[in-house]
Amino acid sequence: MSPVRIKDLWREQRIFDRRALFASAAMVLLLLALLGRLYLLQVRRHDYYSALSQENRVRTEPIPAARGLIMDRYGEVIASNQPTFQLELVPDEVPKLESSLERLAKLGLLQAEDIPDLLRTIRSRRSFDSVPIKLHLSEDQVARFAVHRYEFPGIDIKPRQARWYPDGPLAVDAIGYVGTINAQDLKHINAAAYAGTAVIGKTGVEAAYEKQLHGTNGYRQFLVDANGRPVQRPGVFAKDLETKAPVPGEDMILSLDLKVQRVAEQLLGGRPGAVVALDPWNGNIIALASSPSFDPNLFARGISEQQYRALMDDPQRPLFNRALRAQLPSGSTIKPALALGALTDGVVDPQLPVYSPWAYHLPGSRHLYHNAMHENCGSVDLAQAIIVSCDVYFYRLAHEMGIDRIGAWLPNLGFGRPTGIDIPGEQSGLSPSRAWKASHFRDPAQRVWFPGDTVILGIGQGYFLVTPLQLAHYTAILATRGLAFAPRLVTGLRDPRTGKIHWKRPRLDGDLTMISPASWKVVDDAMVGVTSNPRGTAYWQMRGSPYAIAGKTGTAQVVAENAKGAANEREYGKQKTLERLRDDAWFIAFAPAEAPRIAVAVLVEHAGWGDIAAAPIARKIMDAYLLGPNGKLLPHPGRARFSEPRDIPPRLAPGVAKPTPLQQQIAEASP
Amino acid sequence: MIYEEISSESRTRRTLGGAARVLLALKIDGPLVMALGLTATYGLVVLYSASAESVSMEVRTLMRLVLGTAIMLALARVSPNFLRRVSPWLYFVGIGLLLAVEVVGHVHLGAKRWLSVGPVRFQPSELMKLAVPMMCAWYLHERPLPPKWPTLLILGVIILVPVGLVAKEPDLGTAALIAAAGALVAFFAGLRVRVIVGLLLIGVVAAWFGLRFMHGYQRERLLTFLNPQSDPLGAGYHIIQSQIAIGSGGVFGKGWMAGSQAQLDFLPERTTDFVFAVIGEEFGLLGLTLLLLLYSFVIGRSLYLADQCPDTFSRLLAGSTALTFFVYVFINAGMVTGLVPVVGVPLPLVSYGGSSVVTMLAGFGILMSLHAHRKLMGS
Repeated sequence: MSPVRIKDLWREQRIFDRRALFASAAMVLLLLALLGRLYLLQVRRHDYYSALSQENRVRTEPIPAARGLIMDRYGEVIASNQPTFQLELVPDEVPKLESSLERLAKLGLLQAEDIPDLLRTIRSRRSFDSVPIKLHLSEDQVARFAVHRYEFPGIDIKPRQARWYPDGPLAVDAIGYVGTINAQDLKHINAAAYAGTAVIGKTGVEAAYEKQLHGTNGYRQFLVDANGRPVQRPGVFAKDLETKAPVPGEDMILSLDLKVQRVAEQLLGGRPGAVVALDPWNGNIIALASSPSFDPNLFARGISEQQYRALMDDPQRPLFNRALRAQLPSGSTIKPALALGALTDGVVDPQLPVYSPWAYHLPGSRHLYHNAMHENCGSVDLAQAIIVSCDVYFYRLAHEMGIDRIGAWLPNLGFGRPTGIDIPGEQSGLSPSRAWKASHFRDPAQRVWFPGDTVILGIGQGYFLVTPLQLAHYTAILATRGLAFAPRLVTGLRDPRTGKIHWKRPRLDGDLTMISPASWKVVDDAMVGVTSNPRGTAYWQMRGSPYAIAGKTGTAQVVAENAKGAANEREYGKQKTLERLRDDAWFIAFAPAEAPRIAVAVLVEHAGWGDIAAAPIARKIMDAYLLGPNGKLLPHPGRARFSEPRDIPPRLAPGVAKPTPLQQQIAEASP
Repeated sequence: MIYEEISSESRTRRTLGGAARVLLALKIDGPLVMALGLTATYGLVVLYSASAESVSMEVRTLMRLVLGTAIMLALARVSPNFLRRVSPWLYFVGIGLLLAVEVVGHVHLGAKRWLSVGPVRFQPSELMKLAVPMMCAWYLHERPLPPKWPTLLILGVIILVPVGLVAKEPDLGTAALIAAAGALVAFFAGLRVRVIVGLLLIGVVAAWFGLRFMHGYQRERLLTFLNPQSDPLGAGYHIIQSQIAIGSGGVFGKGWMAGSQAQLDFLPERTTDFVFAVIGEEFGLLGLTLLLLLYSFVIGRSLYLADQCPDTFSRLLAGSTALTFFVYVFINAGMVTGLVPVVGVPLPLVSYGGSSVVTMLAGFGILMSLHAHRKLMGS
């Protein structure tokens, strides 16, 4: 039993006093700890937290620059911009990227099979940049996303300017197209400069002048609240925010004449083929078409995997730019080049008629090289051989020149090397030589140049390959009697803010002064004869033209090109009926012959004879360019809306055949 | 002459004496009320900014302050003897109400804390903040101090029953404060230091074991269960944002209504539990120091008043009230600055909302009653 305790009031007061004192001391210590903590946060780490608070609330949004327009020489716009809505995503702000994309696919806003590619693109971009994931939303899609927007943090609809090609496929092989920026593109560009930009030029002018077309993106800083939503009235925080206006891209003024371009594409009509038309005096491309074609808007709006596969799988290969990339035997269009070479080298006497029967054989060989239709040319001189396109004459001429001289000569006319056109992707064709053959084949037996290889070069067969662009370039050299201008599409760049146009000078690549005027005259006259002499191969197609045309047909054997050896005559006849094995038809021409303004090369693949399939197209293109509405030759090749400075490009007054001082002037003016 | 001098001197005295008489008649302590008033005014200024210039919030806070002041004045006039007699009744009514919450309580934000009587919603746990220390003081009042083990055991039951009920609501913050209020009574009653240390050690070890043998998600679940509002979006978001707010405020602050963390919603609960961070951001270290000085004055004055109380009940209750106030301040400031874990404890007289302002002022009313009636008490 414990003793009964009584309350001791004094003791209790003493206890309280002691405890109160102790508590006070403890409180003072705790308050000091708190103040210490505040000192640490507010004084020692102030800068650190200030930076964090700034980062918290200020977002930088790029303002994409308006992409430059592309227009033809008359100012008709062929690539413009159109306001659209697109779906954009900021990787940093999306909690579950993959599942978000899958849910978007379920909403019908993405294609499920595009997701892997999309993920790759998103991951390759900076995680805090807005990445476009779906271009060109329809109104329906915008509405559908709006309903589910709250489910997709970090993904939003943005109004943007999208590339729009109002004429669809028109001139797509010249202007090219833009497509969504992919991981590959990002290796070549500065990601910061493309923040906010959805597309990049992939081919054509769009790619070649990407830097100028793209302009410089601006940016805008804005405040966001904790949910990442922009604050409409920044109030006291406005002083922290910066804005930089974008600099719009430059407008491209092309040399294209869309009227002629339309005619060219209509005439090709979707058959595999190509047309290149040049102004020979400056290399300006009047029309450049490859057929069949495709709608670049597909790419500009973000092509789906399915659509892309359909284009890739099309046996007609619409994506293949035949004008720049198809490498085919030239057929007889090579003959004027060989004639010039033989004349310059003194191998041939142009006046001397040579008996040319239906076939040719090399000395000491029994192999026969036939005329195309096994016809007998009779006794023909050089000009007549060109006019009637006598193969046997040129077999012999090629043999007499020999591969060494031919191999050295053809590159003068632009063969076997790039023409230097100002858009990417051109092939250089093939101008064969002994050295080439020696290095090209692995089999030692094939490394030797055989005399037979030279013989068929005489009619543009064998190893010799050209692109339509090269043939047009070559025709332009013929038209100017030796001036080789690099073909070009872009003649001027216009600053959209000031309207000032910076004209680009044509680039003169070569001047074939070694060819004598007499030689030129022989070949020129012969080419005019092709269209004006009743025996000429294109006489019937060119008859009745109000201006003189210098032309040359060509028919390139496809079988000889891809069969194992030389074409077996009988089999050739049979296979000809198969369309894809039929001959490719070529026609080259410049006009008016006495003062050329246009040089054209036309290719129609697997169409048969050049005179029948290709020549009418060339003529209509020249008509479209040269003739006025009354059917008479225009006094001047159209009036451009943007008039170039007077000295550039050189314009040839009608009737003046070849102004040497002007030639001089251009040569000096060119870099 | 002399008479005149005396009378002229006593005129001043009379004036002062007049004010003192008013205070005396109201049974209130001038310095304490002035400090409370300054703190509340500071709170209103901060709240105006933190609430994005919400006039309705200001008005509601003002109304609560008026109500609290009225209750404070009323309680200050009540005799301590009456308060002591009524303590057990108040305690048991409170327990009854907590049980009623359990049965018919109103659920809001995942917690069952409220009782609705007509249009009035009421948190019985707020009542317990006052009733539990009163009950403890009443219980210890008649027993010899320092308390013996059986007394402590019963005291433990008195404290833990309401604490358990409140924690179950769940409302960890209030439960902790109720426990602290009761424990502080025991502390002032002379609870032995080794007992205090032992209890603290047991608590720490239990908490360590509890967390050690739980999986991460279980731990998180438990914490979320105990305090649903604490962390709905990613761990530590609150505390990161509040530290950014305070840190970026620096010494002088970003200026009134110019704290980006607060104004742009980065700071969660910025009008309620995290209002301390708003002060830190907008008024800087100076603003916080001023606030802490005001609080220190209130606490110090309260402790001084408590010490002057003649009887044990009054002393224990008043001392507990003073220190509970400190616990509020320290836990709130500590959690906002990242010193202690996040529990829902408001910053006294500054945080918006709830009945806590009213309860707090009522507590100060009781404190002043205990002090002011000291001469009438006798023993």
